[in-house]
Amino acid sequence: MFSSLMFTGLMANTWIAATIVAVIAGMTGFFAVLRGEAFAAHAIPNGAFAGAAGASLLGVNVIWGLAVVAIASALGIGALGSKARHDVVTALTLVLMLGLGALFVSISNQYAQQAYSLLFGEVFGVSSADVPLIAVLGVLALAGIGLAFRPLMLTSAMPEVAEARGVSVRGMEIYFLVVMALATSMTVPVVGALLLFSLMIGPAAAARSITARPGLALALSVAIALITVWLSIALSYQTNWPLGFFVGVGGALFYLAGLAARGLAGLGGGTRRVHPAA
Amino acid sequence: MFPLLQLDGVGVRLGGRQVLSDVSFTVGKGEFAAIIGPNGAGKTTLIRVILGLRPTSAGRVIKGVNGAGAGRVGYVPQKIVIDSDIPLRAWDVVALGLDGHKLGFPFPSRRRREQVEQALQDVGALGYADARVGELSGGEQQRVLIAHALVSRPQLLLLDEPLANLDLRSEQEIVTLLGKLAREHEIAVLLSAHDMNPLLPVMDRIIYVANGKVATGSTDEVVTSEGLTRLYGHPVDVLRVRGRVVVVAGD
Repeated sequence: MFSSLMFTGLMANTWIAATIVAVIAGMTGFFAVLRGEAFAAHAIPNGAFAGAAGASLLGVNVIWGLAVVAIASALGIGALGSKARHDVVTALTLVLMLGLGALFVSISNQYAQQAYSLLFGEVFGVSSADVPLIAVLGVLALAGIGLAFRPLMLTSAMPEVAEARGVSVRGMEIYFLVVMALATSMTVPVVGALLLFSLMIGPAAAARSITARPGLALALSVAIALITVWLSIALSYQTNWPLGFFVGVGGALFYLAGLAARGLAGLGGGTRRVHPAA
Repeated sequence: MFPLLQLDGVGVRLGGRQVLSDVSFTVGKGEFAAIIGPNGAGKTTLIRVILGLRPTSAGRVIKGVNGAGAGRVGYVPQKIVIDSDIPLRAWDVVALGLDGHKLGFPFPSRRRREQVEQALQDVGALGYADARVGELSGGEQQRVLIAHALVSRPQLLLLDEPLANLDLRSEQEIVTLLGKLAREHEIAVLLSAHDMNPLLPVMDRIIYVANGKVATGSTDEVVTSEGLTRLYGHPVDVLRVRGRVVVVAGD
């Protein structure tokens, strides 16, 4: 039923880049959801948009602009977030960056087209030259999450206990935000700032509802992100509807399905609540 | 007795204010000790000092005297709220107690599984090992957190208000469990509580905190009208009614 044209050489970069993006988004999104950092996951990609706009104004590769601004935003949120309220600092970082982004885009002469592609991505325009850099940043982000899996889990679930055991909660927080910033700088050019957010949050939120096993939940989060992205590319190619529409709807549908699955498991008596008569 | 924790003349200043001064006591192997005092007396501060999370202004804290297993402390914090959605089973929480500070993914082994299951069994939580921890009741979560603290085989178990927010039955079960851990596993148990009554059957030593100072000894020695009046610095009456102790701070 699908046109075989979408698997031709021209599309190969799209599939490869989108697959890397989905794996990264599924993994970093898992901890973003767990740690209640969905807002930061929204703010960092959108703020990094300013870096991309600035970089293109200066004539350097957009990814470098994204990386610098995303990491700076992460450090800013991490450094100020402990003193003031985390969400307020995150919001201020976001609006500051959006303001700068608006300025840079208006100075450059490709206003509408560029803003659109940074926000919604240009997954169908990934070039062969982009793929290696995306892959390297992707591996870095993956290693960053994999290496710190247990301390991230411990500080997410029980920060007080982690602190007493010598695991710095603030240190892990800043570490995670920087990894998320790395992930952002490679994924924004491909799927766009807005789509990245839905790809990070939707699959991870669904996965944690479906299973209580941490390793399996992480794997599911990646799997759902992959399915969402692959289906979205295929559907978008077929229909000419924007990719963002399919990614957004996919994320929401998987989340609802996850909630329903957990609800059904709960109704069926599930795993426990079989107390002996008191 | 072999002391596992020793405080010598410990003082703590917070923001220029002296909140604790001249705190001295020891807790030995197999001993059950409780830090008792009204809210805001400095119980949590004292626990944070013992954990090394808060600096002292005077005195010293020695853990594992004579060096044996120094610093091996299991800790259960106060009023911990575990996100009900977090994808962790009771089993995983205990496993994090074993190696949650290490890098990389956990390497599954028979030894690791046995250690986790033993800790769950020690606290009577093996029956809900596979349940999502956020969906357990307060008493069940408390058991899982104790198992998390126990799994690394500490010599000292430190609990901050472990009986707060528990119903009467869970409260009794947790007290019995902690008493059993002190006796059978020969670990030192030190906890804080605002009410001493649930602890009377198992408590070996009371560390009564009030007015920035402490009085320590057996309950009968410490909790008297004269002793507490001296500690509080104003008249206090201690009443013993049907095996319960009531402290009345009169004006």
